Amino acid sequence: MKRALVPLAAVLAAALVSPALAQKKYDPGASDTEIRIGNTNPYSGPASAYGTIAKSIAAYFKMVNDQGGIGGRKVNFISYDDSYSPPKTVEMVRKLVEQDNVLFVFQTLGTPSNTAIHKYMNMKKVPQMHVATGATKWNDPKNFPWTMGWQPNYQSEARAYAQHILKTKPDAKIGVLFQNDDYGKDYLKGFKDGLGDKAKAMIVAEVSYEVTDPTVDSQIVQLQASGANVFFNITTPKFAAQAIRKAYDIGWKPVQYLNNVSNSVGSVLTPAGLEKSVGIITSAYLKDATDRRWANDAAIARWREFMKKYYPDGDQADVFNVYGYTVAATLREVLTKCGDNLTRENVMKQAASMKGFRVETMLPGIAITTGSDDFAPIESVQLERFNGKQWELFGEVISSN
Amino acid sequence: MTKRNFLLLMILMVVACALPFLVSNYRTFQFTLVLVYAIALLGLNVLTGYNGQISLGHGAFYAIGAYTAAILMDKLGAPYWATLPAAGAVCLVAGFLFGLPALRLEGLYLALATFALGVSMPQLLKYHHLEAWTGGVQGIVIAKPEPPAVLINAGLPLNADQWLYFFALAVTILMFALGWNLMRGRIGRALIAIRDQHIAAEVMGINNALYKSLAFGVSAMYTGIAGALGAIAVQYVAPDSFNIFLSIVFLVGIVVGGLASISGALYGALFIQFVPNIADDISKAAPWAIFGAIMIAFVYLMPTGVAGAIRILCAKRRSP
Repeated sequence: MKRALVPLAAVLAAALVSPALAQKKYDPGASDTEIRIGNTNPYSGPASAYGTIAKSIAAYFKMVNDQGGIGGRKVNFISYDDSYSPPKTVEMVRKLVEQDNVLFVFQTLGTPSNTAIHKYMNMKKVPQMHVATGATKWNDPKNFPWTMGWQPNYQSEARAYAQHILKTKPDAKIGVLFQNDDYGKDYLKGFKDGLGDKAKAMIVAEVSYEVTDPTVDSQIVQLQASGANVFFNITTPKFAAQAIRKAYDIGWKPVQYLNNVSNSVGSVLTPAGLEKSVGIITSAYLKDATDRRWANDAAIARWREFMKKYYPDGDQADVFNVYGYTVAATLREVLTKCGDNLTRENVMKQAASMKGFRVETMLPGIAITTGSDDFAPIESVQLERFNGKQWELFGEVISSN
Repeated sequence: MTKRNFLLLMILMVVACALPFLVSNYRTFQFTLVLVYAIALLGLNVLTGYNGQISLGHGAFYAIGAYTAAILMDKLGAPYWATLPAAGAVCLVAGFLFGLPALRLEGLYLALATFALGVSMPQLLKYHHLEAWTGGVQGIVIAKPEPPAVLINAGLPLNADQWLYFFALAVTILMFALGWNLMRGRIGRALIAIRDQHIAAEVMGINNALYKSLAFGVSAMYTGIAGALGAIAVQYVAPDSFNIFLSIVFLVGIVVGGLASISGALYGALFIQFVPNIADDISKAAPWAIFGAIMIAFVYLMPTGVAGAIRILCAKRRSP
């Protein structure tokens, strides 16, 4: 008799439970108790300075879990070392997707590494969320609906400089120095797009260098000879320092724009000479904790608190740790918005429907807005000028939209 | 080949064929990479193990093979299987040419010359006059080979990973059979004679210069074919994939696996594929320190490599 009741009980139980189940939807990697997220980062190898980004993200989710997780679910952040080597990234990402069964990958770092898994992620329909690279190609929802960037891309940053030049010096004669690769060309394209029809007339010299070149001295001399009075410096840190120093030494005094990649005071402006760097304009979108402006800022204070408690080994002077914290907070918002519908499709959908979302460690006025045809979360930057000691923000937040 | 060895080989074959049906696609992909590395290590072993010439630059030949395959597939639309002989041929020539001047260099000096080759390769691949072909820093993304329609129609539903594994397995068997034949014959004996005592070898009428260059060429050919196969498996080539570390890892592979041993290439490949992952699992903070410790343990416990240790074990069992 008791046994006969079992099927009945089962039917009853199913009837009671199923409406609740209908609302909860999961893809691999998500359950009532857990959200599994994958990541690759260069903890070793030539780009290991970036390793701290994933460490601060892991620390952030540890904090989230201590606070009860997201919607009661613990975040399980699985991160592997890829040494900045694309084949290793492919292997590790396949492990994450096929073996660890993550819901999606997040903040995989590096342009070549992400290029290597770009097709795979989109074929597998697993989100490649908020990749850690500034290349413009990640914003291509039509062809790659499962890939999304996060930071302002190189082109939109360059457009911001172009807008500023058009506004402040419409008759400028511009000289451009750029690194001859993807990154340099991405910037140059955005810059020309920003200048529009005037690009041809305004840019009087375009000079490139190879990463393998020892110096850019001759390029700077060439730019000076072109008569340019505005200098757009699209270079990585070592070359940026050389360019700034050489321009000063030969008495060339253009208005200088420096790409955000090299806006570190410690590793670029100090070796170039702080007095030689006065007046340089660059852009920013995060609060730099070393900046005295934020010494009493509540957001940075909370960030310091977080660093002390969850990532005590982390360097508080390293802006990458602000970066990791901020991007992790963005993902937290995406996952919160997903609610109980934790499918890969919904994760993409929610990430693509942010309206003016802000993390407090972003500069005032900068916010994330995305749409089904706009996979570029942060698209605005604010310009800042070097005063001989530190960067000083000025003007409005510039949006490239 | 003794009856017992033949039996062992057959068992290995059966295991190798059953493997992709027993493990996940991801593992299948890893084992495909093991086969790729095994071919590369066999190539390096011909040069270093059998002929005694140390190369710290075999990653460069691996890169040339990979790029040959990628360019042929991406720019010229060649089928993936056709890229392997092409990559082999290109590397054979490249290796032979590099081997000619390298003849004048012995031991450590040769190691340095090959080191220069390995260290400069990523930058050469970024060279902007070649960019139209190589894709510069961005590299080349290539399509994944699908299993042939014949197999699907015949009721063998292999997925792309399994098909690639079997393709790699077939190439590996072919390359190992060739290597085995080459090394136990006249050529192999000549290479070993040069390694052990090159003056005596010369006296016996062995053309040192020819054989040494040939060893370089054949070795590069093997590594190039492995590179092409690796590019097809990973579906992407970029200069940063082929840094100097790759060359050093190859050298680690042949030493751990066993110098001058055909089967050693396979053990070495398993080592360089899986041990870094194990090290990463043990410690995120210092994976290479763990890797180093494991490596020291291996060379300390098995000074003649895994292959040598197995040989000694077998010999002990037979003569108690």
